[in-house]
Amino acid sequence: MLLIHCPYCEEERPEVEFAGAGEAHIDRPKDMNAMSDAEFEKFFFIRDNPKGVNYERWRHIHGCGRFFNAARDTVSDKFLTTYKSGEKKPEVATQKPVQGAKK
Amino acid sequence: MSAQNRIKGHGQLSLAKTINFTFDGTTYQGLEGDTLASALLANGVHLAGRSFKYHRPRGILSAGPEEPNALVNIARDSTRSQPNIRATVQELYDGLTAESQNRWPSLAFDFSAINDGLAPFFPAGFYYKTFKWPPKAWDKLYEPIIRAAAGLGKSPAEADPDRYANRYAHCDVLIAGGGIAGLTAALAAAKAGKKIILCDENPNFGGAILYDNALEIDGLSATEWVEKAVAELAALENVRLLTRTTAFGYYAQNFVALAERVTEHMAEPDPALPRERLWQVRAKEVILATGAIERHLVFADNDRPGIMLASAAQKYLNQYGVAIGANVGVFTACDSAWAAAFDLKKAGVNIAAIVDLRDNPPLELQEKAQTCGIRILRGYTVTKTSGRLRVQSISVQPINGGTVEQIRVDALLNSAGWTPSVHLFSQSRGKLKWHQDRDLFLPDIYVQDCISIGACNGTFDENELIAEAQAAGNATRKKAKAIRIENQSSWAGNAIGAAPGAGPSDNVKAFVDFQNDVTAKDIRLAVREGMHSIEHVKRFTTTGMATDQGKLSNMHGLAIAAEQLGKNLPDVGLTTFRAPYTPVTFSTIANHARGPLFDPTRKTPMHQWAVDKGAVFEDVGPWKRAWYFPKAGEDMHAAVNRECVAVRKKAGIFDATTLGKIEITGPDAAEFLNRLYTNPWTKLGVGRCRYGIMCREDGFIYDDGVIGRITDDRFHVTTTTGGAPRVMNHMEDYLQTEFTDLDVHLTSTSEQWAVIAVQGPLAREIIEPLVEGIDLSHEAMPHMSVREGKICGVPTRLFRMSFTGEMGFEINVPADYGESVWQAVYAQGEPRGLTPYGTEAMHVLRAEKGYIIVGQDTDGTVTPHDAGLSWAIGKAKPDFVGKRGMRRPDLVAEGRRQLVGLRTKNPKVVLEEGAQIVATPGQTVPPAIPPAIPMKMIGFVTSSYWSEALGHSIALALVEDGHSLEGDTLYVPMEDRTIEVEVSGCVFYDLDGGRLNGKN
Amino acid sequence: MRNYSVFSLAREALRGHKGWAEQWRSPEPKKSYDVIIVGAGGHGLATAYYLAKEHGITNVAVIEKGWLGGGNTGRNTTIIRSNYLYDESAGIYNHAIKLWEGLSQELNYNIMFSQRGVMMLAHNVHDVQVFKRHIHANRLNGVDNAWLTPEQAKEFCPPLNISKQARYPVMGAALQRKGGTARHDAVAWGYARGASDRGVDIIQQCEVTGINRDAAGNVTGVETTKGTINAKKVGVVAAGHSSVLMQMADIQMPLESFPLQALVSEPVKPIMPCVVMSNTVHAYISQSDKGELVIGAGTDQYTSYSQTGGLHILTHTLDAIVEMFPIFSRMKMLRSWGGIVDVTPDRSPILAKTPVSGLYVNCGWGTGGFKATPGSGHVFAHTIARDEPHEINAGFTLERFRNGRLIDEAAAAAVAH
Repeated sequence: MLLIHCPYCEEERPEVEFAGAGEAHIDRPKDMNAMSDAEFEKFFFIRDNPKGVNYERWRHIHGCGRFFNAARDTVSDKFLTTYKSGEKKPEVATQKPVQGAKK
Repeated sequence: MSAQNRIKGHGQLSLAKTINFTFDGTTYQGLEGDTLASALLANGVHLAGRSFKYHRPRGILSAGPEEPNALVNIARDSTRSQPNIRATVQELYDGLTAESQNRWPSLAFDFSAINDGLAPFFPAGFYYKTFKWPPKAWDKLYEPIIRAAAGLGKSPAEADPDRYANRYAHCDVLIAGGGIAGLTAALAAAKAGKKIILCDENPNFGGAILYDNALEIDGLSATEWVEKAVAELAALENVRLLTRTTAFGYYAQNFVALAERVTEHMAEPDPALPRERLWQVRAKEVILATGAIERHLVFADNDRPGIMLASAAQKYLNQYGVAIGANVGVFTACDSAWAAAFDLKKAGVNIAAIVDLRDNPPLELQEKAQTCGIRILRGYTVTKTSGRLRVQSISVQPINGGTVEQIRVDALLNSAGWTPSVHLFSQSRGKLKWHQDRDLFLPDIYVQDCISIGACNGTFDENELIAEAQAAGNATRKKAKAIRIENQSSWAGNAIGAAPGAGPSDNVKAFVDFQNDVTAKDIRLAVREGMHSIEHVKRFTTTGMATDQGKLSNMHGLAIAAEQLGKNLPDVGLTTFRAPYTPVTFSTIANHARGPLFDPTRKTPMHQWAVDKGAVFEDVGPWKRAWYFPKAGEDMHAAVNRECVAVRKKAGIFDATTLGKIEITGPDAAEFLNRLYTNPWTKLGVGRCRYGIMCREDGFIYDDGVIGRITDDRFHVTTTTGGAPRVMNHMEDYLQTEFTDLDVHLTSTSEQWAVIAVQGPLAREIIEPLVEGIDLSHEAMPHMSVREGKICGVPTRLFRMSFTGEMGFEINVPADYGESVWQAVYAQGEPRGLTPYGTEAMHVLRAEKGYIIVGQDTDGTVTPHDAGLSWAIGKAKPDFVGKRGMRRPDLVAEGRRQLVGLRTKNPKVVLEEGAQIVATPGQTVPPAIPPAIPMKMIGFVTSSYWSEALGHSIALALVEDGHSLEGDTLYVPMEDRTIEVEVSGCVFYDLDGGRLNGKN
Repeated sequence: MRNYSVFSLAREALRGHKGWAEQWRSPEPKKSYDVIIVGAGGHGLATAYYLAKEHGITNVAVIEKGWLGGGNTGRNTTIIRSNYLYDESAGIYNHAIKLWEGLSQELNYNIMFSQRGVMMLAHNVHDVQVFKRHIHANRLNGVDNAWLTPEQAKEFCPPLNISKQARYPVMGAALQRKGGTARHDAVAWGYARGASDRGVDIIQQCEVTGINRDAAGNVTGVETTKGTINAKKVGVVAAGHSSVLMQMADIQMPLESFPLQALVSEPVKPIMPCVVMSNTVHAYISQSDKGELVIGAGTDQYTSYSQTGGLHILTHTLDAIVEMFPIFSRMKMLRSWGGIVDVTPDRSPILAKTPVSGLYVNCGWGTGGFKATPGSGHVFAHTIARDEPHEINAGFTLERFRNGRLIDEAAAAAVAH
């Protein structure tokens, strides 16, 4: 069970309070009607699904109810950061594991 | 029976505290504090089980959770039967009843032992090569035989009456393992003021030092030191001590799962106690102090009862006061077995010889052995053992050849050295590194906030271990008090892989994995057959896949495979360690979530009224909904017919509380609805309602419901019962992340309103006397309107709406008043024939009117156009969610399935819901031989009922191009007949809708 | 190839099994092949096998970054059934069942296909409606699937709890008698042996790091950790890693990869005679020939390549198992593990050509790919060999996400109303 920092509540809460909501930063176009079928496909179906840093949406559904974004490493499942929805995509680097015991 | 092998003056148990237990029907005496294994050994019983494949007799090999052989069934009663319990872990209690497994007719004489003689025909993976002919024989003949032979114990046959509990816990430091390293770290951390949890799988803290009689710590014996340390920790408030508690799973972000066995050691458990308890711990730091496990040596016939790990024999002697034999041999590559031999010798046991694979074991050990008069065979190996149900002799030979000598023994200790228990570290996703100089895999790269200390970190020297543990417990403290260690025994010396005499050219059975009967030969065969990865070897031979999960066998398997491949050991790979560390009871993980607590049950305020009326309920999502209200002698059909007729002729009362309700407020509320629903909302007048359809971007129907405008900036939205949470989430999503320009607030009010539907020609006159402040006349309150006022003195939102086709009202009242208002309405209407109806009658009534149910008449692939609801799409709206999606090529193509009505040619025949529809009769079901008309299903029946009001059956169906087929005949091919149907419109009853307005 | 039979086994028994050869060769990669299959799971190996056997294309390499059969093939709960709703799905899964039925003989490798029956439980009226719809559609598609009353379900599977007092009582079940299980490792190994024997090179411990194309955009081969390997046709069969692989050819996929967990109990004597699945209470269970109860859990809610998931997912699964089978309450979880499943928006696979000439993709099987292994390999081999889909996989295109012609098995089982 992951531990997730809600940027609105400003605390870490267990994953069961949250609902994953898919890839982040896919904006609904202002003019949907102008979209081609290919653009609609990309908007609605195509996903980055990266092995590495994934920008994704979560909702603190059993908490404050807010949607927010997270950058998470899909290899280690570690959250690199979480931020409020509408905020710019942050640049993040994956953390290097520690050789030898941490201390 | 008396315990002949209990040695007076040895062990930590009180000889006065005797208890009785039975094993395979024989009653024995043990001592309080015994394990089942130690008590059996005390009584001279080594033979405890049979192996999985060859059914070879097996003895107690270990004294811990790594035990592969001594697995028994323990049953307190018929409902509390438990297979595959390790005798080495099970604590003895008075009256314990254990039975051996996987043998017939008896443990000493097992018929299936014939497999052992046929072993050449059953090498690893033999079943892949045979049992293929005749093709049908596999699952009819061969497989049942194999299945019956496989398996160890028997599954419990009755439901489990015991209770299981669950705790969540948070701490600064979780320490897994309470041996000397764990205790030392705990003391350091506790003194630094950290909140700690220390757990150990054993009944007592202390770990391996508890049976080290020589060791002195700060001038105390090991047991005294442990006692003092535990007392010190127990007195601290920031320390939680958990014994009999196994840390079995290490998950992401320092989430560690522990299984605590609460009552398994008790003769008469207090019924108030759970049997086991799951601890779900979130720790800031984890200290792994899980120790090491001694390996057996892989030599010919190394599996006979009486052959045991050296540390186990030492533990049985020093902790339990049990000598495992009277004339004991020792076969080792590790110093620690020598210490075990010395202890046994001191207790009066004859040591027949110490056979050491090494040419030069440490001199001081040799000297000590000589002093005790123990014969030493350096550079020797064991080439053979004898004895069917108990080892009788070993054959020894110098490694580089020479005379074979047979030595009589009644037990044999053996040790190949120690394997650090890196399971939890590996589960934490840390990476291990192979240390060639020490033949050990040790923690290398950490990915979580944890640290390994002591033997699990390869630190076998007690002085180094203490320093490591103190530093781990309290990294910031400048200098920890030195702890003085004296007389520590050495764990040096290692052998991995097959011992000399069990090499590639030796045709012997040298077991790597005891329980699954995997020999060194099997591993080599796997490699010869192309299994070059350890995962392939493991899967092909099943080594490491038994209930001990390879705690003893993994390293040997790896080494033998590496040798056969001519590769370095780490290049063959290491199998991934996964949770659980030791097997965990299903219900310990499931714990409270059983029966009614499996999933919360949602009930409406009127639930009990329906129960009292004898309603039958159906599950709809988490809700219990009244399905129908049978009267005495009525079946479902009769009850539903009566309920339907009552609504059509007089009036019915229906609990619609489960529908989702959302209050949408704010200046942009109408615009928000414009964007979320297909319909237009701007012009909806205050006090009026509209049926709305919600799509997702893909343009398929997602939900529906009636929406009322309460004020200019306030809407009362209803959703389907099952859809309520996801619709709310969908709305929040758009409001928070897409339509952030809108000033709107959403509030789920599903729990706030109880909803009483009163439907039928008499609906108005029934409720009118109870209503205050609302003019119910048709002119003042037409169909699809909403008013606020009072009913029975309670505030209400009263909807004039209908899901039955009759004039009707839906009375929304605060949930707390739901039952009393219901009762009042019912009292008012009952004399006039007001009849409670359930969901089934509701379904019939709405189907007669062609009203869809989302999820039944639509299935996530149906557009509003398909469902005949084009009228509900606001064509003038520039955008709404789903508008673009609906225009995709396939969604506007010919041949889409469209919702139609169906009338059976024989009016009495009621179609089956889900039945498929074809255009022409006589189509052939594949794989028929041509000539045939290929089967082409053009649709299916979504809803189908007997309509008592119409006197014929009715159905709704999704049919390709259905909207243009009205009047056509189609066919429903059933198993035994084909039913002719005629396509109709979706509305069957009151086609012009006059009854909605109280006419017709 | 050395024939496997009871006779060869007996002969070898008399000489210490020294005569068995490697089941498959472990060659170094050649410079070029006619076809490269990326991914040596069941589907990839089957594809290579059928390319060689049915289409005479033997100059084939199967490239695997780990060990063959080590992905979802070796991590699934081995359930095989074909009682899917839509014609396309029924078509491909039933094609697979027919191949499963003769596979042990065809491969000369006992893959232990056991048609012990797959029973799917209905717990509410909506389930009943959905299952009946399936049963009718299946019957007309020639797929066996029968409705059972709760009592009949109990008779077929005695450990099942059909008490009316259960939280979600069993209202009936759909039984596909031809469904069952097979030994997952044997499937991979049998195909590997068959393919290798026909000349296919299986290259393990070799990771594909790039997909090469010429100026015209046609595939020319792959870059790997063992160097460049050329081929005019490349088939990607990489399950959870499909997005990553396809990205190498600049194709973005309608896929998300989720962790899927499973577990087994300690082995016990035969107690579960069939496979039982329940979508409503979320659990799948059968018993392996070794005696372990094999239990499938659900996916975690986030995408991941970690092959691990949360304990709460297993908790929910075991809740359901104990609820459906109260006698298993005291059984013990012996092992748990995770896989990475690639899920499409409509929960149906993609088995198709791609916009890049010479590049083919077989992915998106989600949680249910194992059952399709032979059928999937068979039609994918056809698609690669002929550069056009077999009629059985014609509907499983990439284009369907553009034109909307989805094969939406999940939607068709719509959430309870």
